[in-house]
Amino acid sequence: MNKNTTMNRRDFIKVGAATGVLLANPAFSMGRKPPLGRVVIVGGGYAGTTAAKYIRMWSLGAVEVVVVEKSSQFVSCPMSNLVLGGSKTIDDLTFSYDLVQKNHGIKWAQDEVTAINTQAKKVIMKRGELNYDRLIVAPGIDFNYEALPNLMAEDAQQQIPHAWKAGWQTVNLRKQLEQMPDGGVFVMTIPKAPYRCPPGPYERVCQVASYFKAQKPASKVIVLDANAEVISKKGLFLKAWAELYPNIVEYRPNNALVSVDVATKTVVTEADKVKADVLNVIPPQKAGRIAQLANLVEPDYPWCEVDFLTYESKIIPNVHVIGDSVSSGLPKSAHMATSQARVCASAIVELMKGQSPDPAPVFANTCYSFIDDKHAMHVANVYRYDAPKKIMVPAEGGGVSAKASAQEGVYALAWAQNIWADVLT
Amino acid sequence: MQHNTLQKIFIVLLASSVIWPLLAQTAEDVVVSAAQTSNSDLHARVLAASCAACHGTNGNAVTGSNENRNAILAGRDVTEFITKMLGFKDGSREATVMHHHAKGLTEVEIRQLAEYFSKQKPTGALLLKPQTLKAHHE
Repeated sequence: MNKNTTMNRRDFIKVGAATGVLLANPAFSMGRKPPLGRVVIVGGGYAGTTAAKYIRMWSLGAVEVVVVEKSSQFVSCPMSNLVLGGSKTIDDLTFSYDLVQKNHGIKWAQDEVTAINTQAKKVIMKRGELNYDRLIVAPGIDFNYEALPNLMAEDAQQQIPHAWKAGWQTVNLRKQLEQMPDGGVFVMTIPKAPYRCPPGPYERVCQVASYFKAQKPASKVIVLDANAEVISKKGLFLKAWAELYPNIVEYRPNNALVSVDVATKTVVTEADKVKADVLNVIPPQKAGRIAQLANLVEPDYPWCEVDFLTYESKIIPNVHVIGDSVSSGLPKSAHMATSQARVCASAIVELMKGQSPDPAPVFANTCYSFIDDKHAMHVANVYRYDAPKKIMVPAEGGGVSAKASAQEGVYALAWAQNIWADVLT
Repeated sequence: MQHNTLQKIFIVLLASSVIWPLLAQTAEDVVVSAAQTSNSDLHARVLAASCAACHGTNGNAVTGSNENRNAILAGRDVTEFITKMLGFKDGSREATVMHHHAKGLTEVEIRQLAEYFSKQKPTGALLLKPQTLKAHHE
């Protein structure tokens, strides 16, 4: 792509500044290398797409950005539990990438990455390859089926959906719930933290229970949690289950999954053996495939260690990791993914300009959960860089709603509309 | 030395009106961003951007059915912003969510955010249209 560039970056800027007019030449925007170089971003989810937009905005277009994403559409995980409850459909959560590409001049390759050569600074895809000055890897999560080998097959995942990446898996689980007769048992297993979206499983319990209460009141929701207790918004969820769904939800902590029999939909845990009519195993998780492929994880720990000022990998220079793949000790949420993406974007723009990034970034996270079709509650925190510890830590004053409310239900939908517009336009 | 020169040249480049059409930026963007070399400006732009999940890009919130007009921060008066946020911070102003954010920010950061959002143009924001999920998606 840059073969016809005859000047190096610095010379090009000098000439551009001296003459001014050279930059009006279409060749600048067509074939030549932009003055600050190229960032390739692998993954077009919340983190990757946000980083692409903000690098373009904050570099005033002086950094070329190419996103590599295999899907042609963006499907939101946030709000996807409402599809299970029945108040949203998957088509309410599915969006095009067209606007964000056009509005910000982001180059886009709908393709699958097969290898990353970090020595040669090159991304190899099924249909081409790309050189980069800096690489951002934003691959989300992958499922860790090591302990659950009989769930690895595609067919097994159709019978026992995870529905933990929004799309046809979500639709599949909703259909199974619709087809289940009244009096049936829905069983959900929750892996040990960390996993994507800490309150997500508990919100899902509310959504399925809400559907049962309205349509199939003799049915049960049995929750087998590998964790010792509800790990997010605990008091609020326990209250919702007790008050709204007292004869439907049965929560069993310290109940880590041991094995699954696909044909009979039976799960064996450390403490129980339960047969389900509809079974939803949320599998244990690890950094996304691309992070594994690029050797951005240590052999004994499945998440990526980064520098929280730049999100540059601690293992490979010039490669940044953002979103759910990062090991931060903080919630793996969509809002966190976008916040990390902007710290990373801001730092990359400054580094490529030869300047220093912000030495003490601060950002916010707000996460809403719905307890039925209308009422929601939040957990919100500001996170601040702790220089001695070199990690992001929660600032004082964060917390959860006093109670779930219809007002917060309105806020939660506004959150979704705003984060979608921010990421995708 | 080389970096300094590069910085200066870059700023000249940004200030040059010739590149505006190519980079599809407004004059305001160029002026605001060309000055963004200080740490406090870098700090403010990332912090302000993290408000976007509820308040939109540069404070231009999607307000849907008018219920959410208060969410628009672009062009907001500096004093009003600071008064409200300090009220959320010390608990004198009632809040649903904002106290959990305001309490985590310093007064300097609240002032930085006020300045940042007051300078943003209220352009409105597009309510994104969803579409049908394609069969080949995961």
